[in-house]
Formats: sequence, C-alpha cells, structure tokens
Amino acid sequence: MTEEKFISGNSFIHKLDPKARILASIVLSFAAALCNHIFIAVCYLTISFVLLAMAKLNARDILARIKPVFWFLLMIWILLPITFEGAALYQFYGLKISSAGVMLCLKITVKSITILLLFTALVATMSIGCLGNTLHKLYVPDKMVFLILMSYRYIAVIEEEYLKLLRAAKFRGFSPGTNLHSYKTFAYLAGMLFVRASLRAKRVHQAMLCRGFKNKFYTIDVFYAGKSNWIFLTCVLFAGSTLVIVENIWI
Amino acid sequence: MNSRKDIIQLKNISFSYPGLNKRILNSLDLEINRGEKIGMMAPNGSGKTTLLHTIMGLCRPDSGTIEIFGNKLEQEKDFVPIRSKIGLLFQDSDDQLFCPTVLEDVTFGPLNLGLSRNDAVIIAKKTLQKLGMQDFEQSITHYMSGGQKRLVALATILAMEPEILLLDEPTAGLDNKVKGKLIDILNGLDITFLVISHEFDFVQAVTDKIYSMENGTVLTDEQFHIHRHEHVHKHGRHPHVHK
Repeated sequence: MTEEKFISGNSFIHKLDPKARILASIVLSFAAALCNHIFIAVCYLTISFVLLAMAKLNARDILARIKPVFWFLLMIWILLPITFEGAALYQFYGLKISSAGVMLCLKITVKSITILLLFTALVATMSIGCLGNTLHKLYVPDKMVFLILMSYRYIAVIEEEYLKLLRAAKFRGFSPGTNLHSYKTFAYLAGMLFVRASLRAKRVHQAMLCRGFKNKFYTIDVFYAGKSNWIFLTCVLFAGSTLVIVENIWI
Repeated sequence: MNSRKDIIQLKNISFSYPGLNKRILNSLDLEINRGEKIGMMAPNGSGKTTLLHTIMGLCRPDSGTIEIFGNKLEQEKDFVPIRSKIGLLFQDSDDQLFCPTVLEDVTFGPLNLGLSRNDAVIIAKKTLQKLGMQDFEQSITHYMSGGQKRLVALATILAMEPEILLLDEPTAGLDNKVKGKLIDILNGLDITFLVISHEFDFVQAVTDKIYSMENGTVLTDEQFHIHRHEHVHKHGRHPHVHK
C-alpha cells in the first residue's frame, strides 16, 4: 500500500538537503499553479522534466505513479470544452466546442502534471520519515508532523485489519451486492475498523508514555548544509522569479 | 536508582473497568524483588495484562497502594520518572513500534530521557547488536516479520536500560526459532523480570518461579504448583485415548 519506489537513488537530487527540496517544490508548484499564460506553464513543465532527469528516476515508474491523474484530466477534457462559454472552435450540430474551454483544459493539464512531477522529483525521493523530520525542521506544528508519521506507520496496519474483517465476512459466504444487507455489512466493517483503530491508538499512546514520551518530537537524521543546497535553491528561485517577471512584463 | 531489595510492591490493589461489575484485580498483593525472574501463567481474562498496566500507571486502581523503588505512586506525574526504569513489552509489537525506521524507534526512548542524538544512536546500535538485529537499523518497521518486530520491540525497551522488565506474552505468535532466541536473550540478561506466558516450556526455561492469578489475586509458588506430567505408554506408537 505504501510504496517508496523512488527513495533509493544516488542522484544529485537525492543528495540534496530535504529542506531545500521541500522549499523548492513549494515555491515552484505555487508559481506554476498561479501563472496565467500557457507558455509560462510549459516552461514550468520543462523545469519539472529537468528535475526528474536530475533525479534519474525510471520513466515507466513515473508514468505508473501519475496514472490516476490522467483519469481526472480525461473527465475535464470531456466536460469543459463543451460546457464552457466563448467562441466556438468547432461546431458539430448542437455541440459547440469552445476555444477558451480547450485552452483552460490545456492549462489545467500542463499545470497538474507539472506539480505532480515536481513533487515526484523532489519530495517522493525522500522517505516519509525524512519528510516528517524535515517538516518539523521547517517549523510545521508538531501535531501535523505526528499526523503524517503516524498515518504512514499505521495505514498499513489498519488496511490489514480491514482485509482481515472482510476476509472473515467472505469466509462466511458474504458476497457484496447492491442490497441493504451488503450496505449494512460494510457499515459494520467500517464501524469495527473505527473501534479497532481507536483502541490501537490508545495502546500506541500507552506504549509511547511507557517510553518517556513528553509530547516532544526528536529526530536522529543529520543533513549537512553544503554549498550545493544553496546553489540549487538559488537556481530554483531565480528560474521562478524570472518566469514571474517575464509573465508580468512582457506577456 | 537505589539498592533496595524490593522493586515493586503492590498492596491491596483493586481495579475494575468502568461499566463492568467484575473486579479484574481484587485486593491483590504482589512483591517483586531485585534479581527475581518470575513467570506468570494464568487463564485468559484473569487480569494479567491489567496487572502490568497498573504497575506502569496506565490503569489507575480503585484502591490499594503502589510502591516502586520505595516511592509511593499515586498520580500520573509520579509514574513518569519510573516508567523509564521499568520496561513493558506489549502483547502486540505493532502497538509499540510507531516510528518509520527501526533505528528511530530504538532511539525514541533514549532521546526522551534527554540523551544527545549521538549517544542515543550509539545506545540503539549497541542494543540492536546485542539482540542480533544490527542489519535491520534502516528497515521500515511495518515490512518486518512478527519475530523481527518482537525483537525490535524488546530492543526499544532495553535501550532505556530499565531495572526490571515486564513481558506480556512475548512468545505469542512466534515460531520455535525466535522463541529459542528469546530464551537465550532473556537468560543472558542480568535483570529482574516478570513474564506472562501461556507456554510452560518457555516460562520454565527463563524463570525461577511461577505465579498464577485467580479471582483477581496472585497465587505464588507456595500456593500452587504447575508441573508437566510425563508418562510412558505400553501402546507404543499406536493411537490411544486418555480417560
């Protein structure tokens, strides 16, 4: 369920300080999301490709990772062009495909793929534990960091418990269908899952208390601030701000 | 902490879960002295786990006194400092291992005790080495097998250098190989412990005396005796029925 395919690597990106990587991904994804012109959006897409190439990730794995977003984009491509107001690009009897709609679809497609690739290159290349610790260092509140780390650790356990319950139901002849009995059974399963999850949460908290937990989070990761981190961050900021300036002045 | 002979003294402890009439612990007395290795064998639901949680201050008794290292413990803040001196191994290792990697999990306790990052890592590595788990330092906890998780859970406790261990069914769900390893580890430790188990062979291999629980109280060696009954059959290998 929790795959960390991209964390093992020895590329320039992998060796960067996670702090620099997270900051760069935040800056670039905001800039990409807020830009208006398709040309600028394509520039950001190019940057994300460059970063992916620098991280030396397997192209097939990346495609598999971003597959879900294509379904979302497909829906947009079907709905937006025929429902958007504006000049018709193509008219087929009553069906009008608006050029503004197509443009919007194009922008959404480029931007969402850009942001996904940025995060794949910069954030998916660190382990979740490392991500949590880095967010902690970037002054994200403790509770939020705990939430991320604990969900990561226990989502697999909860999934296992769900599968166990489902298996037990199936062994007793349960086959899901569109009827009240099935809905009820799934509701029971969900309810039981909540009960088990909260009991487990209680036990985990007890275990933490037993080991001297005082609501404070310590980390053992050490990353050295090298020159490459600063060079990388400067390049990213320079590229981002150049694109913002270009868009605001010339386009 | 100090050289008192008695480490844990429970006197007249009663406990019942809210909403349930049955007293899980009923005027229970228990004394654990330094160097003792005690096994506890009792049926399910007899209150063994509740007893361990009471010692740790995770269940607050309705009446009675808890004295650990000579200090009377009543409130949450009384229990905080002694928890690092008592290592409780939970029944389910998944409850105990909550950090992403093994090394982070083992350093969690020492860091909470205020050790520096370097010292915590050194202690953690040493502890993992002692348990033969040094190759798993960077492993992701939830990908490990049940036996590996149990040993890591034990390492997380030993890393805090406790004076007494409370082990809640440490062999549950383990194969004979890991069980054997656990026996070797426990026998190699110079530490006081109380181990709850349903397995006679295991308890006999690691403890000096065996207690039991009945009606919410502890029965000591003198009050009962568990022994294994071995006998010879004249039927040889032929199947037969005991009556």
